[in-house]
Amino acid sequence: MIENSSVHRDSRPLLEVRDLGVVYKLGRRRPPLQAVDGVSLSVAPRETVGIVGESGSGKSTIGRAILGLAPIDRGTISLAGDDITHAGYGQRRKISADLQVIFQDPYSSLNPTRTIGQTLSESLIAQGHRSRSEIEARVATMLHRVGMSEDAASKYPNRFSGGQRQRIAIARALMTQPRLVICDEPTSALDLSVQAQILNLMRELQDEFQLSYLFIAHDLAVVRHLSHRIIVVYKGQVMEQGASNTVYSFPAHPYTRALLSAVPVPDPVEQGSWRELRLSDASEARAPSGENACPFASRCPHAVAICRTSRPALEETPEGSSVACHRWRDLRTPATTAVRNNGISQVPQSSPSNSIGA
Amino acid sequence: MSAITTATEAIESPNALRRLFRRPLALACIGYLLLVILVAILAPVIWPGVDHEQAGDLIRARQGSTPDHWFGTDALGRDVLQRLLVGTRVTMVGVVEGMVVVLALGVPLGVIAGYFGGLPDRILTWISDLTFSIPGLIVILVVLSIFKASLLAAMITFGLLVSPHLIRLVRSATLPVSRELYIEAARVSGLSRFYILRHHVLPRIAGPIIVQASFLAAAILLVQSGLAYLNLIIEAPAPSWGGMIAEGLENISSQPWLIWPPGIAIGLTMLAFLLLSDQIRDVGVETWQGPRRRIRRKDITQVQAAALRVEGGRSDSGDDGSPAEVALLSMEGVRVSVSSPGGELTIIEGVTLDVRVGETVGLVGESGSGKTMTAMAILGLLTGGAQITSGEIRFAGRNLVGLSEQQLRRIRGSEIGLISQEPMVGFNPVFRIGTQLEDTLRLHQGMTRRQARVAAIDLLRRVRLPDPAAVARRYPHELSGGMAQRVAIARALSGNPTLLIADEPTTALDVTVQAEILELLRELAHDERMAILLVSHDWGVIADVCDRAVVMYAGQVVERAGIIPIFREPMHPYTAALLSSNPHHAIPGDVLPTIPGTVPKPGAWPVGCHFQARCRLSTTECGEAKIPMLQPTDERETRCLHFRVLAQESELVEVTRS
Amino acid sequence: MTSLDVNVALQQPQVRRGSRIGGLLRDPIAQVITRRILFAIPLLFVVSALSFVLMRLIPGDPARQILGPSGSPEAYAALREQLGLDLPLYQQYWDWLQNAVQGNLGTSIFRGESVVDILNQRLPVTFSLLFLSLLVTLIVGVTLGVLSAVRGGATGRGIDVLSQLGFILPSFWVAAVLVSIFAVQLRLLPAVGYVPIDDSVADWLRSLVLPVAAIALASVAAVARQTREAMLDVLGSEHIRMARANGIPPHRILLRYALKPAGTRVMTMLGLEAVSLLGGTVFIESVFAMPGLGSIAVSATYQQDVPLVVGVTVYFTILVVIVNLIVDLMYTWLDPRVRTA
Repeated sequence: MIENSSVHRDSRPLLEVRDLGVVYKLGRRRPPLQAVDGVSLSVAPRETVGIVGESGSGKSTIGRAILGLAPIDRGTISLAGDDITHAGYGQRRKISADLQVIFQDPYSSLNPTRTIGQTLSESLIAQGHRSRSEIEARVATMLHRVGMSEDAASKYPNRFSGGQRQRIAIARALMTQPRLVICDEPTSALDLSVQAQILNLMRELQDEFQLSYLFIAHDLAVVRHLSHRIIVVYKGQVMEQGASNTVYSFPAHPYTRALLSAVPVPDPVEQGSWRELRLSDASEARAPSGENACPFASRCPHAVAICRTSRPALEETPEGSSVACHRWRDLRTPATTAVRNNGISQVPQSSPSNSIGA
Repeated sequence: MSAITTATEAIESPNALRRLFRRPLALACIGYLLLVILVAILAPVIWPGVDHEQAGDLIRARQGSTPDHWFGTDALGRDVLQRLLVGTRVTMVGVVEGMVVVLALGVPLGVIAGYFGGLPDRILTWISDLTFSIPGLIVILVVLSIFKASLLAAMITFGLLVSPHLIRLVRSATLPVSRELYIEAARVSGLSRFYILRHHVLPRIAGPIIVQASFLAAAILLVQSGLAYLNLIIEAPAPSWGGMIAEGLENISSQPWLIWPPGIAIGLTMLAFLLLSDQIRDVGVETWQGPRRRIRRKDITQVQAAALRVEGGRSDSGDDGSPAEVALLSMEGVRVSVSSPGGELTIIEGVTLDVRVGETVGLVGESGSGKTMTAMAILGLLTGGAQITSGEIRFAGRNLVGLSEQQLRRIRGSEIGLISQEPMVGFNPVFRIGTQLEDTLRLHQGMTRRQARVAAIDLLRRVRLPDPAAVARRYPHELSGGMAQRVAIARALSGNPTLLIADEPTTALDVTVQAEILELLRELAHDERMAILLVSHDWGVIADVCDRAVVMYAGQVVERAGIIPIFREPMHPYTAALLSSNPHHAIPGDVLPTIPGTVPKPGAWPVGCHFQARCRLSTTECGEAKIPMLQPTDERETRCLHFRVLAQESELVEVTRS
Repeated sequence: MTSLDVNVALQQPQVRRGSRIGGLLRDPIAQVITRRILFAIPLLFVVSALSFVLMRLIPGDPARQILGPSGSPEAYAALREQLGLDLPLYQQYWDWLQNAVQGNLGTSIFRGESVVDILNQRLPVTFSLLFLSLLVTLIVGVTLGVLSAVRGGATGRGIDVLSQLGFILPSFWVAAVLVSIFAVQLRLLPAVGYVPIDDSVADWLRSLVLPVAAIALASVAAVARQTREAMLDVLGSEHIRMARANGIPPHRILLRYALKPAGTRVMTMLGLEAVSLLGGTVFIESVFAMPGLGSIAVSATYQQDVPLVVGVTVYFTILVVIVNLIVDLMYTWLDPRVRTA
């Protein structure tokens, strides 16, 4: 298990997001889309914070807003104490030394008309590095570090597989030795066996380069594997957040529970028992609720009148997580807590086959 | 599927120009155009008098080809060839003038509209739309009525009127590029707009710009010669290609050949521009767009060929009356190949699998394993020139291999249904959901329109859609992903099939929606005894709904077993390694077990076990000969010589656990 | 089990529809017509204003041209006042616009007749040419395009070559060749002239065969090319694969499932081709000496008869607007996404 003590929780957070709101204008005919609605989060040095949610939850938009790629409507974002909410080109260039990104699609994230070397040296050029030999040396080092051969630098992206491209994308992100890397679904386009390689690589690099990750993904197993803390978002709002183990083992929010129980477990017996739970949790969708309501109210099996009239604030649970639900106390029955606690350590394959490929 | 062939044709160098010069046709076009430019420069210098020559040798007027006058002489006795060559200049000058305006406006404005979007984009789009609705030639006439006989004024005007075409093209080429993730990565690095446009955007859109530019050059040439033909831009005796056609037309009854030299000159030049743009486009496509699917005519012709074929194929249905409790679907040694430049390439090697009535069988594998191809082979819907080259696919007592397209068609939809990964795009965008369901209902069940309408709504109810009548009135784009998959299942059920092939049916869906779709599939299997072949890469999905699983790796079935044994006791190292690399069961933060190396591509498969290079158990034996399917127990099969080692290991786990 | 997913999607269209203004505008057809008319107003304004400004750029002015060099200064001043040339430019345009709105596009300098009268007389010729050419383009172009998409081999290649020829050969040259063969050599069809439809439908058709053939070749080629590309795209798409997987017969796939989605792109092309066909009438009417709008535009250009040229511009623009309206309506019929989005 990842110990929280390995993270400097007491030190000043590296990234601090306060009450972030992102609004996309969708043209004259349609109302604007509130993609992110009052999200606050922080990432400590060397910490991995996972953001999970379904499509349209706004999880990627949070990352994009931090990177300056989404229209920020309200709130503040600060990196290492500096306000970067509305950073211009100059400031972006400066902070890009500390803040980098790994995207989901390894095919779109590398320019097909530029060699790997050109792509990798770009961020150094932006930082003002001019010495060709220095840049080349750094490119070679990073390629080597992510498990690619150095002659990849002179090749074009079309020569590489999805997994290799993602390694290159990681190398690009680490060229400037950043402190925080936003990872937007970095493995969801990859096959299972390749995904494992990339996840391992990311963990190694975190230790080696003292990185913080903001890890955005829809796959709960992947997020859990890497993250110290987890934030569950739904319709642009935080539903629940807390230490990774706490959120998985004692999900307090009905949405977190629905999400966890919907993921099919790769074990037929365990999945069988899960299914029972999933069925009992199933419900008819209720009448849509007004603006000032819990975003999950229309789908929630436990919603009551107050859920449709007032938006719940985040409250601390005894387990140490925070949950935005009016009814979380009522729902703390033994049957519904301790949800995913068991399934993990009992699985047969976990230890002996570790040796495969080693 | 076709990605396999394109991937093997690895692209050597993205230097498009070099590869363009390697194409003879492109070279010929470039050579011809250079020659025309040379003539345009030199001819008026060599024959300076031609521009002012009112009349030539009147005695030799109206002659055909002679040694002195290769192309003959016109009504005024002037040499046709000389006039043609000298007339090249004014033609080319017009093209250059027009192109300068088009490029100077089109490229920057198009890039601005595409990259920055917003207000400039809206204004430019509006202006473009406006310009498309202006009859350009008439506007040139207005201009020429003021600037009499001014080629420059005419060409600038035309350039202005045509540039929106280029603006629009550049815009639409820039737009997707500007949303590419590498542009965003560059922005994150704080690179300037100018750097990004120069290094990232322009190289990507250069190809389409050149293609469109040579297309527009041809259009300008056409208008230039048209105006010359109308005698609007050139003062009288000076020759031009268009003007010579007008002269020819005046003498069409006495000298009908006069229209040919200028006509052919215009035609050839136009052709050079056209072919060159085609060549550039082809080079562009193969440069960095890489494994992009190009539809081959062969695929399409299958549709038509089938329509024309009245009878065909051997009908070997019911030749051996197999008993009913035998598998509903039984694939036996099915091999699929594509013909490639290096001979026939096997992409599926001897797949054997069974699906019984009411049973759900999972076909699992990573990308490139051939699982989808296997499923499509059952329906005879292979693309990219792939063909079943041997083996049998027995379905309800018939061998589907070798059936004619027409016979297969009667099975598709009515006996075997298909749902796919992308339900939304699986529906025709221009017909209502109800209409599309009614179509298949009437086809498979011979219903009348009215019966089908009722039955369609029943089907939608059967897949648990609320308010089915409302859904039937929808168009596909008005459905959410989960609804679309339900509707797709409804359509697959319209022919009352006994087997449903589900190709990654939930991959594009959110987990909560996935859970509902899987529930629906389970109900179909359980309540209606539907046999399902579920193709998936997700072990969780397989564990959730399948009774048995078939694991594929590099074109082969490597393991077949019941659902519990395959998870508890995998008997192929690939299955075992894949299962353990799933972070689901790993201890958070631990190093995940991985499989070294990559999946070998078709054509690069080793002699023996396809997995040997990545396998921790492999020995020399594994590479010596083809590995047969071994049967450790009655219900299990594996294509591994060392399955016992694996079995011992999992027993060990059992022991340590208890 | 139902989910929000389902519910939200069910509600969306109503929400969207409710936000629209006005009961009439709810009808997609009415929307298309309104949009086109709203678009035509700035279009006509821009075209006429441009033409008007250009018109006043003429070295010398219309009064001088009408009077010629011999006119006395008094007569010149009087004519200027009569033509309104002494007023400021915006005032002149405003007067012209007021007249234009009332259907008065001024007087031809050279002919001395009302521009509207001259052009109305000639409108049927150009309209016949345009209408028949569009019809031929649509029918022949789409047929050839579909055939070329479906048939490989010789048929496909033949159509490809034909469509390339159509692109590279200027219409007036094709016209010359057609005249040389069918009128001069074979004497099957008239070489020049136009017979009004009121006189004889058969002769009207005969007089239009060669002009239409010459002018439509390029647009047939363009539409055939576009149809082929669109059909190939659609035939390669997922919904066609699913239609095949559902056992839909090939001819039905081709003519119902593929042609309609491909039709939207064909329609867009047809709209653009209509504009260039209209331009093409300028050449073709000259070749065949047809008394239409195009030929008078050319002679008015020679004569620098600016009011007449501007008048033709206005007429042509209105024709384009009408054609685009028709194209838009067909587009709306073909693609439901335009209707609801």
